Amino acid sequence: MRRGLGIAVWALTAVAVLALYLLAPHLVSDFHSRDLAQAGVFFIAIVGLNILTGYTGQISLGHGALMAVGGYTTAALAVHEHWRDVWTIPLAGIAAGVVGFLIGLPALRLSGIYLALATFAFAVAMPSLLKKFSGLTGGGQGLRLLEQAPLQVTGLSGTVTVFGHSTTQNHFLYYLTWGIGLVAFVIAWLIVRGRLGRTFRAVRDSEVAAASVGIDLARTKTLAFAISGVYAGVAGALFAIQAEIVNPLSFTFLLSILLLVGAVVGGLGSLPGMVVGAFFVEYVPDLSTHVSSKPGVPDFIYGAAIILVMILLPTGAGGLLRRVARPLTTRLYLRP
Amino acid sequence: MLLAFDWTQLAQQIVIGLSSGGVFATLAVALVLIYRSTGVVNFAQGEMAMFSTFIAWSLVHHGLSYWAAFFLTVAISFFGGVGIERVVIKPVERAPVLTVVIVTLGLFFLVNGAARWIWSPEVRSLPNAFSTRPIDVAGVAFSIQDLGTIAVSLGAVGLLWLFFRFTKLGLASRAAAVNPEASRLVGVRVSWMLALGWGLAAAMGAVSGMLTAPALASFDQNLMQPVLLYAFAGAVLGGLDSPLGAVVGSLLLGVLINLIGTYVDWVGTDLRLPVALAVILGVLLVKPTGLFGRAEVVRV
Amino acid sequence: MTARYGPVTALHGVSLSVGEGEAVAVLGANGAGKTTTLRAISGAVRRSGRIAFAGQSIARSSPEATARAGIAHVPEGRGTLTDLTVRENLRLGAYTRRDRAAIKEDEARVFGYFPRLRERRDQRAGTLSGGEQQMLALARALMLRPRLLLLDEPSLGLAPTVVGEIFRIVGELNEREGLAVLVVEQNAALALEASARAYVLEVGKVAIEGESAALRRDESVRRSYLGY
Repeated sequence: MRRGLGIAVWALTAVAVLALYLLAPHLVSDFHSRDLAQAGVFFIAIVGLNILTGYTGQISLGHGALMAVGGYTTAALAVHEHWRDVWTIPLAGIAAGVVGFLIGLPALRLSGIYLALATFAFAVAMPSLLKKFSGLTGGGQGLRLLEQAPLQVTGLSGTVTVFGHSTTQNHFLYYLTWGIGLVAFVIAWLIVRGRLGRTFRAVRDSEVAAASVGIDLARTKTLAFAISGVYAGVAGALFAIQAEIVNPLSFTFLLSILLLVGAVVGGLGSLPGMVVGAFFVEYVPDLSTHVSSKPGVPDFIYGAAIILVMILLPTGAGGLLRRVARPLTTRLYLRP
Repeated sequence: MLLAFDWTQLAQQIVIGLSSGGVFATLAVALVLIYRSTGVVNFAQGEMAMFSTFIAWSLVHHGLSYWAAFFLTVAISFFGGVGIERVVIKPVERAPVLTVVIVTLGLFFLVNGAARWIWSPEVRSLPNAFSTRPIDVAGVAFSIQDLGTIAVSLGAVGLLWLFFRFTKLGLASRAAAVNPEASRLVGVRVSWMLALGWGLAAAMGAVSGMLTAPALASFDQNLMQPVLLYAFAGAVLGGLDSPLGAVVGSLLLGVLINLIGTYVDWVGTDLRLPVALAVILGVLLVKPTGLFGRAEVVRV
Repeated sequence: MTARYGPVTALHGVSLSVGEGEAVAVLGANGAGKTTTLRAISGAVRRSGRIAFAGQSIARSSPEATARAGIAHVPEGRGTLTDLTVRENLRLGAYTRRDRAAIKEDEARVFGYFPRLRERRDQRAGTLSGGEQQMLALARALMLRPRLLLLDEPSLGLAPTVVGEIFRIVGELNEREGLAVLVVEQNAALALEASARAYVLEVGKVAIEGESAALRRDESVRRSYLGY
């Protein structure tokens, strides 16, 4: 009986989420759909980062650079190889996953703040590296899909037709991004709840203990880096598709900082919280500019907002969710 | 002619490298001070230093001499640092480390935004701290500016060392950083020691900023961002928990970057930082806690 | 008083007292709450209840304030500041005091009690042996010029001869200088010999209390509570 109730709650939640996903663009203006799509990009990247930092305990301040790998893969394939933009997404994910794996290798020797700073170094160096290999990346100018690969851009004409339904380009971007986002979320959920997730958490909680029960630390850490890399790559690809342009300035260390802020505000170790994190990172800077556009004020407000949120919710939205949900869920599982 | 090597140029480049290294060193020591006592890297240290530099600019703008503004700014920055710790950091004292790191990131945006709000984004300049004449040492021409920068940086760090080594408060501060629980039991107010750490770090940052600005023709609110990165690199190279390491690491880094930039052709200004970072990474892979860092003994 | 570690209550209402110049022992098995008792007194753990020292309430005092009031706590595991030298550790012990001359006197006196520390006074505390570190922790506590000394498991991990020396010195301090001592020990025999009264804790409550001499003689108490 109790079990049935639990399953019913889950089913209801899933239906509600699906309904929200399908209906949201029609509840907001067409323009705002694009904002929502942008939030979706952050969401995917932050979910991946959460797997690495929240569940495996490896701090990364370099995920913006991994997004760059994904974004540039998409742009390069579209511009140089004339791939259709949406079909580049899987490859972008894989490319970033490989780079993620490579970054994971030094992680085996470094830990804690040293790892954070090493990944930060990677993020800082990325724009310079992108500018250096200008043959592939278009150097400081970047790659402009609209000019250089207009045929590869989906929805250039303003409408997109999928399975006979036609929607505006903004709506299409929203559905694409959050559709992938939902799938990515479910995959992350399955990973985290399964054996791999337990392995990750063991490494996070105590490497020594994990090693002593036979967990291969090297394999686990690099796997976590690789998986989160794939997520970042996919997010980067979607970013490129939405922006229709990539250049080194799109992927500075500020992006990496934003991603980590989103993950912590959302709540490390909580996947649902990542939605909050993504929306925070997408909308708070924007709202700050609405308050005042005098130079410096939006950043001041944004910084203050981050600080305030951390003071009030040190474990992020996910932490709050857990504290609120605990009495609800325990009641479901308590024996009468 | 067996060795047509230009020793003069080498000596000059080394001094220039030490000078920029000295600037990173003061900021790096600030980072280490806070890291040692809280386990948190203060990502806003550079912006706080920039803010201090702007305060100095305002003081000079109102008629003070460079050095009067210098000392006053250091004092103001000290109290500013204490204030920031009490208002922003204390509430998250018991939160997980990453939460505090995010707070410092928030501080980064806040302080940068505040600086752009209070002082508009136009460029300004600080007068030179030292004369720009070159001075002749053993037949080689060095810039007084560079030598002066080295002297002031090392002087500031030296004063800090004296404080920690020989004063009661310095001793208590060191104890609180190493073992807060035991320190409480002898009556040390550990919470205030943290505030003291932030104050001293802010003061050191101010020194760094005020040495950086005059060397540039003009500066704006993005002044300290590259310096912060080099300071990170220097601190990591030396070992994040070692102030001595931060100084040595930063000086080494300064010299290294300058020499590479001078003698290796394909490294243009754009690639200086990545090359430096690659070197750091290399060192870390061999010695994961930096040159002087102590390997963390984790009790299981 | 009661004491909690987060949601777990470790002490369920423990009452004890230490008279001026008295040596009292707190005994019991592992996990009985002995260490928690000391930490509750010095304020290192969340506690509630009445705690009075020399007529003043310290129930709301932080560890720093308790130290200032004259209670020196030598924690379990000694709490030596390993990066500092022996001398610096001692100087830190006198942190709350301002009387420079008296502090110097005390340093000399403390070196008198622990000559081995004087030999190593400029060495880093981390390089000292376990026994020497325990002496250092004790010496540092003495630099406070406390009226009450809280000693947590001084014999832990030390060789019997070293332990004997430490208890001898503690006894001397108690008799000659009238220093009140509250010592927590697993080694019941040693603690009972060194103290006038004792409490035996079991699962966070006082199970038995009485004069040490009497407890030592009582076979049934020894066997059921003290394990020998």
